[in-house]
Amino acid sequence: MSGPALRLALEIDGDGAHPAAWRRAAHSPDQLLSPRRVARVAAAAENAGFTLLTLDDGALPPGTGPDVVGRIGAVERAAFIAASTSVVGIAPVVPLTYAEPFHVSSQLASLDHISIGRAGWVVSEEARPEAASVWGRPLVDGTVARARESRDGVEVVRELWDSWEDDAVIRSVATSRYLDRDRLHYVDFTGDTYTVKGPAIVPRPPQGQLVVLGSPERVPADQLDVAFVEGRDLTAVTASASAAGTPRTFAEVEVALDTAHATAEERVEDLERHGSWSDRGRLRHIGSAAGLAVLLRELRGVVDGVRLHPLVLDEDLPEVSRLVLPHLFERRDAVRPLAGASLRTHLGLDRPANRYAVAAAAQEDVR
Amino acid sequence: MTRTDPLDVPRPDAQLHFGVFFQGVNHWTVWSDPASGSQIDPANFRRVAQTAERGLFDAFFLGEGLRLREVDGRIHDLDVAGRPDAITQLAALAAVTDRIGLVSTSNTTFNEAADLARRLSGLDLLSEGRAGWNVVTTDNAWTGANFRRGGYLDHADRYRRAEEFLTVARALWDSWADKAVAGSADAPAWAAPGAVRQVRHQGPQFDVDLAPTLPRSAQGHPVIFQAGDSGEGRDFAARNADVIFSAHGNDFDDALAFADDLRRRLRAVGRPDDDLRILPGTEIIIGATEEEALEKKRWIRLQQVTPATALGIAGLLWGIDLFGRDADGPLPKEDPVVAENDGSFGARRIADPRQVVAEWREKADANRWSLRETVIALGPQRGHVGTPEGLADKFAHFVRHGAVDGFNVTPYLIPDGLDDIVDHLVPALQERGVYRTDYTGTTLREHLNLRAPLTHRTATA
Ligand SMILES: Cc1cc2nc3c(=O)[nH]c(=O)nc-3n(C[C@H](O)[C@H](O)[C@H](O)COP(=O)(O)O)c2cc1C
Repeated sequence: MSGPALRLALEIDGDGAHPAAWRRAAHSPDQLLSPRRVARVAAAAENAGFTLLTLDDGALPPGTGPDVVGRIGAVERAAFIAASTSVVGIAPVVPLTYAEPFHVSSQLASLDHISIGRAGWVVSEEARPEAASVWGRPLVDGTVARARESRDGVEVVRELWDSWEDDAVIRSVATSRYLDRDRLHYVDFTGDTYTVKGPAIVPRPPQGQLVVLGSPERVPADQLDVAFVEGRDLTAVTASASAAGTPRTFAEVEVALDTAHATAEERVEDLERHGSWSDRGRLRHIGSAAGLAVLLRELRGVVDGVRLHPLVLDEDLPEVSRLVLPHLFERRDAVRPLAGASLRTHLGLDRPANRYAVAAAAQEDVR
Repeated sequence: MTRTDPLDVPRPDAQLHFGVFFQGVNHWTVWSDPASGSQIDPANFRRVAQTAERGLFDAFFLGEGLRLREVDGRIHDLDVAGRPDAITQLAALAAVTDRIGLVSTSNTTFNEAADLARRLSGLDLLSEGRAGWNVVTTDNAWTGANFRRGGYLDHADRYRRAEEFLTVARALWDSWADKAVAGSADAPAWAAPGAVRQVRHQGPQFDVDLAPTLPRSAQGHPVIFQAGDSGEGRDFAARNADVIFSAHGNDFDDALAFADDLRRRLRAVGRPDDDLRILPGTEIIIGATEEEALEKKRWIRLQQVTPATALGIAGLLWGIDLFGRDADGPLPKEDPVVAENDGSFGARRIADPRQVVAEWREKADANRWSLRETVIALGPQRGHVGTPEGLADKFAHFVRHGAVDGFNVTPYLIPDGLDDIVDHLVPALQERGVYRTDYTGTTLREHLNLRAPLTHRTATA
C-alpha cells in the first residue's frame, strides 16, 4: 500500500453510533453518564492505540423521538478525559451557530493546557431550531447563515488563541511586570453579525492553535486542519478527499463487527427494531474484523486517517482493539501515538507561528 | 481536646469549613518568588486541589474575569493574569480528586442560562455531586466588548437577570424526575416516559422552550454560592444562595455585623437563619512563633505590593496616574481627584477619597512612612497572621460566635501555599474540635452540611 500510515480516530459519544446503542451496552443505562464509564471508554481507546477521540455534542438531547438519552457537554467530558489519559488526542464537538466565540475560545484553549497539547476541536452546527432558545438568540436559519456563523466563529477563536504571544508571561522581577503588554493583542474582530475585542483571558494554547476539524462544506477549507470526508464507497471518498483542500483528511467509517455472540447483521437488526441507524452517506462496514482491516488498508493513501463510528462501543471497541488495530500497526498501515507528543505532531502538522510575532519579526526586518 | 471558648457560646459545636480560592488574576499571589510555579500548568491546579483534599477542605474555587484588566486604557501588566476557563478546569480536576467540592465562578450577565446550567450539570455529574456555582454578575460594561451582545446592563438589571437566570437554571436541573433513567436495557425507553419535563420559561430576560439533556446529580444540583456585597447582592444571596463568599473575614466585629445582617435578611425571606454558609475570602500566614509569622507577613507584603503596585493602588485612591513617581518617597502632594466611575478596571469605589487621603497623610507623617509603606499598612487589608495554635483559637472564636462558617483561603504562593495550613493549622483546629477529622459525605452539599436544594424543600424537608 502507498501513502503515509493512517491515523485512527474514534467517536465515543454515548453508547455508540446507533440511537438505540444503549440497549446493547455492557453497563446499565443509568451508568452512561458516570465518571467511571467516561474514563473507562477513554482508557480502552487509548490502550487500543487510537490517535484521537472525538465527542459529539449539541444543546438538545441526542437522537430523535421520545427516547431521550442524556448527554454531558463535550468540553466537560473532554477535560475530564484529558486528566485521566496521557497520550490520546481529544476533540470535543463545539458548534458556533449560537455560542459565544469568546467562551468557546477560552474553553478550548483551556482544554489544550489541561491535556498539554492533545486537544482538537470538531466544528459543527446547531441545525435544530429549538437550539436557538438555549442561547436566547434569533434563529440562524438555513445552511448559508449557519456557515456564516461557523466561519466568523472559527476565525475569531483562532485570532484569540494568537492574542497572547507564546512568551507574553515574562515574570520580570526587575521591572515588577508579570506580563509584557506588547505581546498581548486586541483582536478587534469584526464579523458579519458581531465584533470581539480581545485579547483572550487564557494564555496561548500549548499547540499554538488547536487542531481544527470539520466538514469543508460547512467551514472554509483554509480554516480547517483536518476535513472529515464522506462517501458511501471508495470512489466517492477518494473524490471528496481530493476536493477537500485541507492539510489532512479523515474518512468517516461506520462499523458493526461480528462478535462471539452475534453476527454484525444480527446486532444491527436487533437495534433496528428500536430505531433506525440513519444513512448519512458514509462508508459503512457491517461484517468481520478482517473485512474492516481490508477496507482500512484500502483507505491508506486515499486519506490521512479514518474516524470510526462503532455501532455499539462496548461490543465493537473490544473487537476493533483485539482483531483490527494490532494488524494495522504490525504492518505499519497505521501508527500509534507516542507519549509526550502533541496532537499536531501525531497528525504531522507544524506548530503554527504566532501571527503577531511573525508580523513583529517582519517589521524588524524592514527596519 | 482543648476548648478555648466556654460551652455557652452561641454555637459550641460549630465546625469551620475551608475552601481554597485559586484566584488566577490578582496581585496577592506572589509570582516573583523562585518557589512560585506556573499559573496555567495543570499540574499546579492538581497539586493545590489535592493538597486541599488532604486537608479535608470543602471546596476548590476558581474565579472568573472575562476581559483582561486595564488601567487607563492599557493592559495591566503587574499582576498574575491568564487562567483557564473555570468549568473546563474543574471538570479535569474531577478526574484527579475524590471528595473536594469544585466551585466555578461564572457570571450571569455574559452567559446564557440554559447553556451554563448544562455545563454545570455536566461538572456535577462528572464529580458525582461535588459542583458549586459562584454566581457573579460582572460589575462593568467593558467586558461586553468580548461578546456578541456587547456591553450592557446596569447594576439593578444585573441582579434581576441573575435571579431569572437562576430560575431557569433550576427549572432545567429539576426537570428530570429522580430515578428517571432506566435501570436495565429492557426498559421501554432510556428515560422513563413522562419523567422528563419540557422546560418553558418566558420572562423579560429569557425565553426558553427546551428539552433538557441531563438528569440530577447525587446532590440534586450544584450548590449555589454568591459573591457580591451591595444590599441587592446580599438580598439576592438571602433569597437564592447556599453559601455567600464575602469580603468580611478579617475583623471579628465586621464579620459578625455582616453575618447578623445576612441572618436578618434570611429571616425576612422566610428561611432559617442557619441556612446560608458564610465563607469570607482570606489569606492565612503562619509562623512557628508570632515574630516569625509577622516577619513572614512583612516579606510577603513587600512581594505583593511592589513599588509599581503601590503606585497603582495609590493612583486609584488619588484618581491620578502616579506612574513614574517614587514609591519609596513621600505621599503625593496633590489633592485626590473625585472622578466619575469610568467603568474600567481602574474605577474607584471609595466613597470619600479626600477623607481617606487625609488619614493616610496623618499616619504617614506620624510614622515616617514612605508611600509604599503607607499602602502596605493602610491599603487593602487582608488575612490572618499567627501561629497555628493562635490562629486555631481565633478561628474557633469566629465560628463559635457565628461571625463566619469558615474561610475561602487564597494561598499567596502557587502551588505550595496551602501546605502550612494543611500540615499545621488543620491539626490545631482538629484538636480544638472545630474541624472535621474525615469527610463524612461525598457531595459538596454534604460537606457544607446544607439542607436540600431550595427548590426541593417542599418535597423533602
Ligand atoms: C469575595 C468576592 C469575590 C468575587 N469574585 C468575583 C470573580 O471572581 N469574578 C467576578 O466577575 N466578580 C467577582 N466578584 C464581584 C461580584 O460578583 C459583583 O459583581 C460585585 O461585587 C458587584 O456587586 P455588588 O454591588 O453586589 O457588590 C466578587 C465579589 C466578592 C465580594
